[in-house]
Amino acid sequence: MTNFSQPRQDQASSSPLAGKSVTFTADQALLTDGGGRIAPLTLAYETYGELNNARSNAILLCHALTGDQYAAGVHPVTGKPGWWESMVGPGKPFDTDRYFLICSNVVGGCMGSTGPASANAATNKPYGLDFPVVTIRDMVRAQAMLIDHLGVDTLFCVAGGSMGGMQVLQWAASYPQRVFSAMPIATAAKHSAQNIAFHEVGRQAVMADPDWRSGRYLEQGVRPEKGLAVARMSAHITYLSEAALQRKFGRKLQDRSAPTFSFDADFQIENYLRHQGLAFVERFDANSYLFVTRACDYFDLAADYDGVLARAFKATKTRFCVVAFDSDWLYPTSDSRAIVHALNAGGASVSFVEIQSDKGHDAFLLHEPMFIATTRGFLESAATARGLKK
Amino acid sequence: MNKVASNPRLDLAVIADLVTPASRVLDVGCGDGALLQLLAQTKNVDGRGIELSQKGVNDCVAKGLSVIQGDADTDLVDYPDDGFDYVILSQTLQATRHPREALRNMLRIGRRAIISFPNFGHWRVRMQLAFRGRMPVTGNLSSSWHDTPNIHLCTIRDFVELIEELGAHIEHGAALNRYGSPIRFNAPWWVWNLMGEQAVFLLERGETKK
Repeated sequence: MTNFSQPRQDQASSSPLAGKSVTFTADQALLTDGGGRIAPLTLAYETYGELNNARSNAILLCHALTGDQYAAGVHPVTGKPGWWESMVGPGKPFDTDRYFLICSNVVGGCMGSTGPASANAATNKPYGLDFPVVTIRDMVRAQAMLIDHLGVDTLFCVAGGSMGGMQVLQWAASYPQRVFSAMPIATAAKHSAQNIAFHEVGRQAVMADPDWRSGRYLEQGVRPEKGLAVARMSAHITYLSEAALQRKFGRKLQDRSAPTFSFDADFQIENYLRHQGLAFVERFDANSYLFVTRACDYFDLAADYDGVLARAFKATKTRFCVVAFDSDWLYPTSDSRAIVHALNAGGASVSFVEIQSDKGHDAFLLHEPMFIATTRGFLESAATARGLKK
Repeated sequence: MNKVASNPRLDLAVIADLVTPASRVLDVGCGDGALLQLLAQTKNVDGRGIELSQKGVNDCVAKGLSVIQGDADTDLVDYPDDGFDYVILSQTLQATRHPREALRNMLRIGRRAIISFPNFGHWRVRMQLAFRGRMPVTGNLSSSWHDTPNIHLCTIRDFVELIEELGAHIEHGAALNRYGSPIRFNAPWWVWNLMGEQAVFLLERGETKK
């Protein structure tokens, strides 16, 4: 731990959330791809397990669009298990008895890291839309600052799904010497037109809510909850497969034996989506949703390498394990194959598995035995190569 | 990929012998990774694999091998020219949809290719067809005609003809007996074609063709 001059420790003093955070002051401002400047920059994070003496067992977990730093344990806001409960814990693939796990809330997020709901030092008001539009690369830059702060030089593994997988790819491209192994899961090297389209529907739903107030709702004491809930509802559909929806809900009615011939939530699927929307607005900031979806949309890793994805991974020594799920239509297997193709072209060490699951994009968050077995095997072999003890 | 011979491991030692130490190897249809592991341990090769079954890939990944889920028919085309020193196709050629394309791709991706396959010209096979009038079912070819994955069976002679057509050079060829040992006597091709249960070939890309 060398690089940074005394970042100010800010142990939850400015945040209602219990947890760890670090604030980088103006001399360590984050300069964004879009020409913005974020200072001070607070990153909220959680760690699990212990860093070993050789500092060689650190794993960075990158969360997805609406995830946060609470990968395991009990989430302090929702009271529910962390988002990767299936994978993180003692004896689980990301074994907290063996590895030192780091998970931070992305810049632009709303769970303690600096984002559009944070105070803008220039105005002492929430940033709102004055927050710089951040990219996946900006998120990764911020994570690298955190990793430096934690005294970790090389990460044993960087892993994450969906938007988290984009961060994994960006890490491997930007800091190849700092990433021993990488697991991009259910992700893509660029956002497709369809991906952007769904995100735009969500953003327009937020902006169409009269309580959005051009992004200045916090000062006016309101929140665009209806718009954000609709955004979540439409997005949630994209996380599930049709087969899973059909199996779980079909045309089943909600607490009634006959349709009411009204616009009540007659069908269970309607009730489920409304519930998802309502639960989401409890924990997520609407402007943050605009910014993180935008970050995904701008992601096109190859664009930084003359349009040739293989060049992003040229001569990489990182060991990759790429995972796709066959019923994921949001980031389909073909997206993962494009990543594998590029890694192969660069001669990288890469494994690729398409896991059979009917659970759609969300499968990477759920208990999928084959996925768990793959992850365990990959990490164990990488740990052996890295000389980590059992 | 389907490993279709009843004793698919028998030819592995023979194949491993053909590989130069510390080379880069792509094993197409690598199964549970036995050959890649053997090559890593005995020859210090930098090995990669392609395997169709999820279980096979998982087994390989757990062994620390770099293996991609896919198959010879669809995925070889994505590999760049000259990415490897050797491309190996062990007991899989006869199960590919387009054996000729698979071979062409192998010789494009690697300067050398090693192929092993069950010999449909073996006397036992010929006898079954000739005298019993039945599709052969042997130790090497154990499936019935209706559920065999082997859709493009060939004899040693057929194979050699295709290699000549592709302009590749046969650096080494061996017919293996039922125990997977090379038949160690000099004999004309037709004898090998009759006596070999399996064959292993080391091919080198022809200079004129890519």
